[in-house]
Amino acid sequence: MRKLRVLSAGAVTAVLALTACTTDEPADTTDEVDQAAEQPDDGGQSSEGSGDEWFVQAEYEKQLAQRDKEPEGPADKPWLQAIDPEYVETAEYAQDGNTLCFSNASVANPWRVTGWITMQQQVQVYKDSGDIGEFRVSDAGGDDNKQISDIQAFVDAGDCNAIIISPSTTATLTPAVEAACQSGVPVIVFDRGVNTDCMVTFIHPIGGYAYGADGAEFLVENLEPGSKVLALRILPGVDVLEHRWAAAQEIFADSDLEILGNEFTEGDAATIKDTVTQYLQRGEVDGIWMDAGDGAVAAVEAFEDTGNDYPVMVGEDELGFMRKWKETGMTAIAPAYSNFQWRTPIEAAVKIWNGEKVPSEWVLPQEPITEEDRDEYLDRNEGMPDLHYAKFGGEDLPGFPEAWQDR
Amino acid sequence: MTQTPAPQRQGGNRAAGLLAALFGGGSATVFALLVVIFAVIAVVNPGFMEPPSLMAFIKNAAPLVILAVGQYFVIVAGELDLSVGSLVGAQVVIAAALIDGEESRTVPVMLLMLAFGIVVGLVNGLITTLLKVHSLITTLGMMLVLYGAIRLWTGGSPTGALSEGFRQAGRGGIEMSVVRLLPWALFILVAVVIAAVVLMRSPYGRTLIAAGDNEKAAAFSGVRVWQVRTAAFVLSSVLASLAGVLIGGYAGVTAQVGDGLEFTAITAVVLGGVVLGGGRGTVVAAMAGALTVEALFTLFNQLSLPSTIRPAVQGVIIIAAVAYAARERSRPAVPATDARPDETTGS
Amino acid sequence: MSTTVTTQTATPVRRRRLGSTELVYLALLGVVIIGAVLVGIRGDNLLSTANTVDMLTRSSLLGFVALGQTFVILCRSLDLSVGYVMALSSLIGATTMAGDAARIPLGIAVVVLVAGAIGLANGLIITLLKVNPFITTLGMGLIIKGYLDTQYKGPAGEVPSVFQQFGYSRIGPVPLSAAVMLIAVVAGILYLRKTRTGYHMYAVGGSDDVARLSGIRTGRVMIISHVLCSIAAGVAGLLIAARFGTGSALVYDSGYELDSIAAVVLGGTFLMGGRGGVAGTLAGVLILAELDTIFNILQVDPFFKDVLRGVVIIAAVAIYARRYHDRQATRVRFRGNGGGGERRGRDPGAPPDSADDESVPAGHGGGR
Repeated sequence: MRKLRVLSAGAVTAVLALTACTTDEPADTTDEVDQAAEQPDDGGQSSEGSGDEWFVQAEYEKQLAQRDKEPEGPADKPWLQAIDPEYVETAEYAQDGNTLCFSNASVANPWRVTGWITMQQQVQVYKDSGDIGEFRVSDAGGDDNKQISDIQAFVDAGDCNAIIISPSTTATLTPAVEAACQSGVPVIVFDRGVNTDCMVTFIHPIGGYAYGADGAEFLVENLEPGSKVLALRILPGVDVLEHRWAAAQEIFADSDLEILGNEFTEGDAATIKDTVTQYLQRGEVDGIWMDAGDGAVAAVEAFEDTGNDYPVMVGEDELGFMRKWKETGMTAIAPAYSNFQWRTPIEAAVKIWNGEKVPSEWVLPQEPITEEDRDEYLDRNEGMPDLHYAKFGGEDLPGFPEAWQDR
Repeated sequence: MTQTPAPQRQGGNRAAGLLAALFGGGSATVFALLVVIFAVIAVVNPGFMEPPSLMAFIKNAAPLVILAVGQYFVIVAGELDLSVGSLVGAQVVIAAALIDGEESRTVPVMLLMLAFGIVVGLVNGLITTLLKVHSLITTLGMMLVLYGAIRLWTGGSPTGALSEGFRQAGRGGIEMSVVRLLPWALFILVAVVIAAVVLMRSPYGRTLIAAGDNEKAAAFSGVRVWQVRTAAFVLSSVLASLAGVLIGGYAGVTAQVGDGLEFTAITAVVLGGVVLGGGRGTVVAAMAGALTVEALFTLFNQLSLPSTIRPAVQGVIIIAAVAYAARERSRPAVPATDARPDETTGS
Repeated sequence: MSTTVTTQTATPVRRRRLGSTELVYLALLGVVIIGAVLVGIRGDNLLSTANTVDMLTRSSLLGFVALGQTFVILCRSLDLSVGYVMALSSLIGATTMAGDAARIPLGIAVVVLVAGAIGLANGLIITLLKVNPFITTLGMGLIIKGYLDTQYKGPAGEVPSVFQQFGYSRIGPVPLSAAVMLIAVVAGILYLRKTRTGYHMYAVGGSDDVARLSGIRTGRVMIISHVLCSIAAGVAGLLIAARFGTGSALVYDSGYELDSIAAVVLGGTFLMGGRGGVAGTLAGVLILAELDTIFNILQVDPFFKDVLRGVVIIAAVAIYARRYHDRQATRVRFRGNGGGGERRGRDPGAPPDSADDESVPAGHGGGR
């Protein structure tokens, strides 16, 4: 019996070793290829500066520069603004119908739920005006394969006059989006991108590098040199989140801050609180950087419950965090991944149908909320639930505020 | 190491030996593992053994221990409950939506949650016992239903807010000098532990084990197996609701509350030497299993093990521990007090 | 909901004549008919080519996973690591192929080897170390997850466009992936019916002790079932790679392990082993895929879908269980009761239900 156990333990080890050898080599070589492909706009730019495979220097610099650019378009309607737009003519996409199809990755987190409500309200406006007839939606529940099927189903059905896609994962949906483009229907991609530029317009806020940098720069400015910072992240392998962390690492590397660690929490409040508590047991934590604000309040509470001073905090424009921020008076910043972008694809679809030109890459403004404009945003969003996002941009829609309050 | 004020640390080996001698089963492994992990943590970070840190550990571990107790009842009766994770999530979301920050609603809403927990447990139990659906499927279905229904109701993300009173149970405690804060969670945990041990020694506990060990024999000796098992499901759901109160209190509301807890709870119970399929293992060992899992997570943190590699280490340890316990169990019964199989089969 | 309605009306009339596989296909037919009516009311056609293609496409991925899962469940085991094996396989496949069409066979071979090795490890841990399958495969899943999270920082590898055809091209209205899946299912049916090992799986699942006493090397059968299951998940991973054009670790978050178990059980295979078969699993997969298609056309709220799926799964299994126990009640003297205590194989008196069309009497296999 013992011999058999040893044998099988050996087998397990062998299996693990085998798995390791067969993948190591190709993984390293192809990642770089893939990385270059990931950034179609900078084609071929190799990563330099940081050794991180998610870091692309040119894109990083571009995003950081875009933060200071004045966007074109109406200042009171940020979802219609665009940074450095290059317009494309859309006459060729004229349609004889107005059925709008939307393939949604998921509504699995509060940020997406908030945006999804905003989008539905925007659709209602155009339905009332007659610009949009039917609005057909499929939700993939976060499953890339389902989303590919959903997109195929739209293409096969043949009666969509425009397809909006919010991809679940950047790389994996590329073939499906290309197939949708080939069907001749105007395709609009927003939020996360795909590795192709076949769509009419790709709508997104400035991006993950800018988001990560906003928070990291704030920590560098507000902490003494030598201060200790803990980074809390949701999960590995998601490009929009990895870009935030890559930018933060880049900035921390040039500073005198000490990074205690970076921990994956899956956005779970209990995990976050426990993790922060344990770091506090071991020593001081002066600042917290988060790649998304989910559970930021729990992180702050860990400091309260252990009797420590509030850290310098990087959260997000989630109201729960902003309320806590005001209540405690701590030093903080709320980077925002412009939630109002959920309105833009609808506007874009209607523009395309009307033959109006749209930016081929529609870069929306993306600004963090600071202590100066915090109270203004809190006033604007009074009565909204804690898991609502301050920059949702739907204040002028007819359903406001009930649609966002009674979810 | 010498202060050892926390109950689970007291006298390490001796307590483990005593408990194993008392309760038997293939559970010695888990106590040994628990002691080893705590010893390593103590070496890596002596500060962890200070009372305030231990109290923080208890506060964080209490929900899983309570979930493990509930899961134990179900597993020892020969079933499985996969719905506890989404039930925890559902209860926290229900509490936030209905309380909506109003202090006066705290107690009524808690009663409602209790009722909801009982209903979920009853449905699980009755579908499993009367409609003869395997509990893995029943509770998997319940997991999907709860997950979907609660999000359907709240539109996808939790609304409302918990009251300060509600949060006290999981977050607050009695302020004291040595431990800084003696958490309410500790009191709740001790109460659950005592109640569970007493229950397992009562006639109900014995019939529960008998039902899990050999359904037919139990039925022949007059046990209404379906009633006993349904009650186990109700206990599991009620304890999951209690765990929900503690987790919601500890950390507040997020959309991910409760995700994946069912597998952690089952792992904890099995790690405690309780056999899937029923009839063997003790509730104390199941609780030790839960503490071990939490201690393991803590150890990972203390060792600053990269986050990404942790699941792999966890997987290896779980398989190894269960394999080791299985070896203990399959050994012929030797007069060693700590490895007597079938001690608790109760029939 | 729709399944419940159809099967309930069908059950009492035909109870005596129908095996469980026929019942599952009847349920599928019911789902299609009710779905077609509901979709028809909305002015659409469920049976149109586009919608049929959609349904078949949705079925192929889960089809592979559930096919493999059927083997292990027949042996009274289960595999919670399939989602992780899929993710790993998609990455290994895509990185090995590295965009080069000539490397496709190598990519496939490596995936089959690695997946098979994982299945072998699962099987060995279960049979030799006597670790419960639930814990073994849960732990194996965690181990693979740790490897994936550490090794891959995101999607990796590139699948040559020829191989992408596996995920995208069609033969008439049938997607290539679905065609391959159907061939695999037929092979699975033949394997279970015509080979000795396939035969033995029913015996091992029916009662490990009886099987061993009648000379079956039960451990070997169990290990083979796990190897087959992991390889099937590996093929599913290759399909993922073909559809994504690259490998992706995040597939493991999509819940394929529980989905596949649900499909198998929905297909009439008994979770406690020994009864059922691949043909039923196919119907189970098609039911779930058809429900998905219908929900999409009818624009059902995604969260309501979860509720409905949960209800459908429980209801279907409750109906199978009722039929089984009704039949059992009439022959109670000849067989043991399939309760929770049976899982440890303490109850040697329970041969598989020979009345079921696909199952086979235990104990015969040794001499064939």
